[in-house]
Amino acid sequence: MDFGLSQDQKLMVDSLEKALAQLCPLERVRAFADKDEPVARDLWAGLAEIGVAGLMIGEEHGGLDLSLLDAALAAEAFGRHVAPTPFLGVTLAAIALRAAGSNAQQSRWLPPLAAGEVLAGVAISEAVAGARDGAGVNAAGGKLTGTSLFVIDAAEADLFIVADNAGGLHLVAGDAPGITRIALTSIDLTRRLGEVRFKDTPAEPLAGGEALPRLRDAAWTLLAADTLGAGQRMIEKAVAYAGERKQFGRVIGSFQAVKHLCAEMTAELEPCRALVWYAAHAWNAVPDEASLTAAHAKAHLSEVGRFVARTATEVHGGIGITDLLGLHYWFKRIGLDRQLLGGPERLRHHAAVIQGLVAA
Amino acid sequence: MDLSFGPEYEAFRAEVRGFLDRHKDEYPGPARPTRADALAWQRRLIDNGYAARTIPKAYGGYGAEPDILKSRIIAEEFTRARAPTGMAGQGISMLVPTLLEVGTEAQKQQWIAPTLRGEIIWCQGYSEPGSGSDLASLQTRATEDGGDFVINGQKIWTSTAMQADMIFCLVRTEPEAPKHAGISYLIFSMKTPGIEIRPLKTMTGHAEFNEVFFTDVRVPQGQIVGKRGEGWQVANATLKHERGMLGDPNQAESRLAAITDLMREETVGGERLIDNPVWRDRLMKMQARVLAMKFNGLRLISAQLNGESPGLAGLIVKLQGCDINHELAALAIDALGELGVLYGDSPHLRAGGSWQQRYMFDLGLIIGGGTAQIQKNIISERGLGMPREPKLAGA
Ligand SMILES: Cc1cc2nc3c(=O)[nH]c(=O)nc-3n(C[C@H](O)[C@H](O)[C@H](O)COP(=O)(O)OP(=O)(O)OC[C@H]3O[C@@H](n4cnc5c(N)ncnc54)[C@H](O)[C@@H]3O)c2cc1C
Repeated sequence: MDFGLSQDQKLMVDSLEKALAQLCPLERVRAFADKDEPVARDLWAGLAEIGVAGLMIGEEHGGLDLSLLDAALAAEAFGRHVAPTPFLGVTLAAIALRAAGSNAQQSRWLPPLAAGEVLAGVAISEAVAGARDGAGVNAAGGKLTGTSLFVIDAAEADLFIVADNAGGLHLVAGDAPGITRIALTSIDLTRRLGEVRFKDTPAEPLAGGEALPRLRDAAWTLLAADTLGAGQRMIEKAVAYAGERKQFGRVIGSFQAVKHLCAEMTAELEPCRALVWYAAHAWNAVPDEASLTAAHAKAHLSEVGRFVARTATEVHGGIGITDLLGLHYWFKRIGLDRQLLGGPERLRHHAAVIQGLVAA
Repeated sequence: MDLSFGPEYEAFRAEVRGFLDRHKDEYPGPARPTRADALAWQRRLIDNGYAARTIPKAYGGYGAEPDILKSRIIAEEFTRARAPTGMAGQGISMLVPTLLEVGTEAQKQQWIAPTLRGEIIWCQGYSEPGSGSDLASLQTRATEDGGDFVINGQKIWTSTAMQADMIFCLVRTEPEAPKHAGISYLIFSMKTPGIEIRPLKTMTGHAEFNEVFFTDVRVPQGQIVGKRGEGWQVANATLKHERGMLGDPNQAESRLAAITDLMREETVGGERLIDNPVWRDRLMKMQARVLAMKFNGLRLISAQLNGESPGLAGLIVKLQGCDINHELAALAIDALGELGVLYGDSPHLRAGGSWQQRYMFDLGLIIGGGTAQIQKNIISERGLGMPREPKLAGA
């Protein structure tokens, strides 16, 4: 037994850190957020060069053929750097295509996805988190009609993965007729969400029956990993600031109250790392536990993330809420991760249901 | 304990209800958005005793005897009618009580009435870059020159400084004295030459506070409140009022009502949120916290009327009140789920994005006016009589 990262995984984390430090400093994030840029193409091109776009795509299609744990490590790094990447949409689309796509669909889309040349939107919110505002998509006769909200990376998607009201998955080309895209603005300006309307839009079914639950579990785990990275960075910033800021003639980090805030954040977040690793590993290797641990990983990280986001801000005092410092980018990233594809209450209910503790 | 409403009070309730009904179309709000509308409403409220109720008539208030039941009836009826209550800026909530306590007769005459009417907007110039929790270490200097103080230095986190006409400000007049004994409390116009204001954008996306720079700002010596070198005591009187305002349970009550409406109206997957036991339980849990603080507020008013010290019940108000407001916003966001993260001018936005705005701004209020950690120090040291942290020499 070896509960830890492999040498290769550690190397990947290192090289991602280096790449992000260079490609994605806070000024780059700010520029993306302030200018309403739909996609940070420069950043994605740089990341695609080191294989990030094809992490979970097979070698035969130009990818690295790695596991969800590797993708979770990448998501964690993006959370750390509040990186505006289309990673989630691309990776989820690749997972859906690999799980349920035909050979033709795979060879059409996986190679350009792996090369970072095409982007993907994922429209599964209604099926996974429940419909709001009357949204939902009906599939009939190879066509989709309806509305999907909170579509991940919708803005410049070249293809969409769409869940219909019955839980079936479809592949839709971005330039198919009858598609309308409307930008939704969230508090987190480092990622783009959209509303996508379909009207008699031609769609190809993705055949495999279990595809949506698998896709959902992967998405939950990646969102949990994003919060893990963002939360970790907030703790580091709080600890660093507490070591510099002086009040009452001493650094505030020497007050037990402040030390304990930092220790409490750490005590809460540190076990989350193992939870995320396990959930990601289970998705590939322990399928029976995958959905339970994915739901718990996302629900628990959401709770811990909220606590860390608030507490790390409090440690900073007034400067913590300013745009000048920019701590809020992490705060809001965690805020969006929490709600996207279902909040903790819903996910805990799911955890109880799949264990047979309660009827759905 | 006697909370019964006698006939006198039922008559008073009818009177308040009648007033709100008669003046419905004067409520400032989306339909009456101008400053003139707000000022007219404020004046109407003061004239009828629904704002500045217990402030002496001589200073522009209504001059009523304090009466806890009547105050409660007013609050209840305004909430029921969803009518805007009186203004509550830093001038009305903090400066006016301070002047009533320690101002000269002339200062009371000059400043209280127009402040109550909303004609003068005040900001609070206490914090500095190096002096937040350790406010008494503040460095902004005021030196004597002829009949004036000449002020140099910088304030930070000054809320509403951009809109303010006046500032109440702490400055160091006695640099040689121990840090608490060298401070004075001055009031002056924000239009005085030498004042520069730089807005600071916060996480909400708006500039709710500012940096304020003073370069040779001249203020007549008569604009000191309290005695020279006693500004710390004067400021503490103000801080007490600020903390009461920040923890105001009425605000929590109306938020709770709004979330209750939200849970009745919003559905997910066709199910009303209120029909889901998890949301209902979270709502009821918050209701208990809100009710406890509401009744704690009544207890505080009674203690004050009976001349008793409010003790612990008073010391916990800021810590609890601000946490409750933040948690209420968190509950609304959670209940809205993915809709709850929308912001700005997004389609599908609920309540103009105000739940997110409050969630973030209220985190600021947990920090502002004395951080949660400082509140806990006060509760344990002053309230529970626990030993103070050993001080570093010279600090
Ligand atoms: C939204 C908002 C509005 C504000 N409006 C105004 C205004 O209008 N006018 C004005 O003058 N000021 C205003 N302030 C400033 C506010 O009063 C200060 O931010 C606050 O007192 C904290 O000071 P600081 O920001 O310097 O943080 P610091 O004092 O540097 O605190 C940083 C951290 O150290 C902790 N800490 C410090 N000392 C101790 C201790 N002894 N024991 C334990 N922990 C400690 C704090 O709790 C905090 O977690 C506002 C602040 C905010 C956030």
